[in-house]
Amino acid sequence: MRSEPVSDGPLLEARGLSKRFGGVQALQQVSFRLRAGEVLALAGDNGAGKSTLIKCISGVHHPDEGEILYQGRPVRLDNPREAREIGIETIYQDLALADNLDVGANVFLGREPATRRFGILPAIDRRRMRDAAHEVLKTLEIEIPPSKLTLPVRTLSGGQRQAVAIGRAIYWQASVLIMDEPTAALGVPEQRKVRELILRLKEQAVGVIFISHNLVDIFAVADRILVLRRGRAAGERRTPETDHDEIVKLMVGAESAAA
Amino acid sequence: MAVSAAPAGAAGEEQHAWLRFLAAAWSWLFLLLLLVFFESWAQAAYGISFVFNRLNVQSIAMFAAVPLLLGLGQTFVIIAGGIDLSVGFVMGLAAVIMARVMQMLTGLPPGLALAAGLGAAFLISLVPGTINGLLIARLRVPAFIGTLGMYGVARGAGFLAADGTTVPVNNPWLFEMGNARLLGVPLPVVITIAVVLALHYVLSQTRFGQYTYAIGGNRMAALRSGINVRRHTMTIYLISAGCAGIAGMIYTARFSAGAAQAGEPLLLDSIAAVVIGGASLFGGSGTIIGTVIGALIIAVIQYGIVFIDVEPFWQFVAVGVVIIVSVLVDQSRSRLKGEIKDEV
Repeated sequence: MRSEPVSDGPLLEARGLSKRFGGVQALQQVSFRLRAGEVLALAGDNGAGKSTLIKCISGVHHPDEGEILYQGRPVRLDNPREAREIGIETIYQDLALADNLDVGANVFLGREPATRRFGILPAIDRRRMRDAAHEVLKTLEIEIPPSKLTLPVRTLSGGQRQAVAIGRAIYWQASVLIMDEPTAALGVPEQRKVRELILRLKEQAVGVIFISHNLVDIFAVADRILVLRRGRAAGERRTPETDHDEIVKLMVGAESAAA
Repeated sequence: MAVSAAPAGAAGEEQHAWLRFLAAAWSWLFLLLLLVFFESWAQAAYGISFVFNRLNVQSIAMFAAVPLLLGLGQTFVIIAGGIDLSVGFVMGLAAVIMARVMQMLTGLPPGLALAAGLGAAFLISLVPGTINGLLIARLRVPAFIGTLGMYGVARGAGFLAADGTTVPVNNPWLFEMGNARLLGVPLPVVITIAVVLALHYVLSQTRFGQYTYAIGGNRMAALRSGINVRRHTMTIYLISAGCAGIAGMIYTARFSAGAAQAGEPLLLDSIAAVVIGGASLFGGSGTIIGTVIGALIIAVIQYGIVFIDVEPFWQFVAVGVVIIVSVLVDQSRSRLKGEIKDEV
């Protein structure tokens, strides 16, 4: 279904993306590249255009200008489903989980495996959903007690829920995973676990784009940092070659930092 | 290192085990308790049995059938996070239209006239269902307001179609449909059981059912998962209206007459049955079996209170108390499961 990534070429590339909402230029000529197994952090103040950028890549918004290339080929993403079909999965800040459903149901939400009851009636295969969910969580080295697998996910901790959302993306073989503030709602130990999960995704050659306000998170996991300011790319740095101060200066703008 | 659950106190788990069972099975237990109560009262006061009495069982089943039909559609609506206030008058409208059509076709063979009447009742019920669906799914009108509007529209349309009175029909087949028995079970009860089985299957086994829960649990998540939430919501209101249509057919068959106010007192019973059955009015939970139990509890209270010769108005008090208790039980159940964290 999905071809292997072109060797060395970027997995995902955005060229000159612009998006306007009424009178507001939310995004202006922003470009970036993401390789397999690379973690790209998007940093920037509120309203800098981070969310607009990921919504363009995940098919929620269609950019007014610019193009998106996936494995070197231009793609048109008119809705989130199309993005997901080529392997771009997004985990939103408020978690795209249905709290009242169990782990398996959430991993498969919208794509439930079908079976037949009594040989004729269409039904969803709950056992397969539960087993597959258990498997995928195991590959991520996430322990959710079996007794909890059949309870609504609202009974899980924030980190476990985040893990279910990531597991869902992995199960569907995401090659690009976009995460919007994955650690925002979590306590410190759970933040650390989510960072570990991101590093594990990296080992599995998934390209990760994540938005964060938290520079500690960014420096802990990102290979590169793209800083946005007022809808434009204010600068891009390789993590080992920069520091908190420089990123903050890029975020607030050099002139106001100098003032 | 792995993400693992906070170790739960094993002692606490055990302590809560029987409470959890009680919470999960409370509506069954409550139904049982009611039956025991009425049984002992009937034995003590009149020396007769309440439960082991063919007439009583049939009457309760008949009592429960029509509000249950409304409650079945309502279950889907409430699980998806909505509410359908129009079901009572949609039922009345369907009953009146069915009676009118059959009245006009009196010359035809009775079977044909009945088929036409049933078809007309079903089709007319889909009109308010479609409008409800469009308002709520497409125009994002709050379900409470949209269906409240339809409550008025269907009510007015029903009375207009009936010229403000009841519409009698003389058709032997229709009478049979309302009063015949299949293996001793009244036909309306048989029809209701068939609808229960079909909808239980749809809700518990199919993608459609799963998406109903997902939409009620997290509408955004459902949207982002690629579920066609609009179309699904439309269908849910059509199911609700369709159930109301079937309820209208049964009413007309039972009484050989259609009346616009046929379902008026049943709206609250239908919602009560769903809530007593364990559904949350905030959406995301509920089952068909729960609604069946809820409808039976209401019917047993209503019938039992008359049977033991207590002032019939107590039934309203009793049903009201049961609704409140069921919500309290549901909340404590959620707390037990750690699903409610008393957050500000």
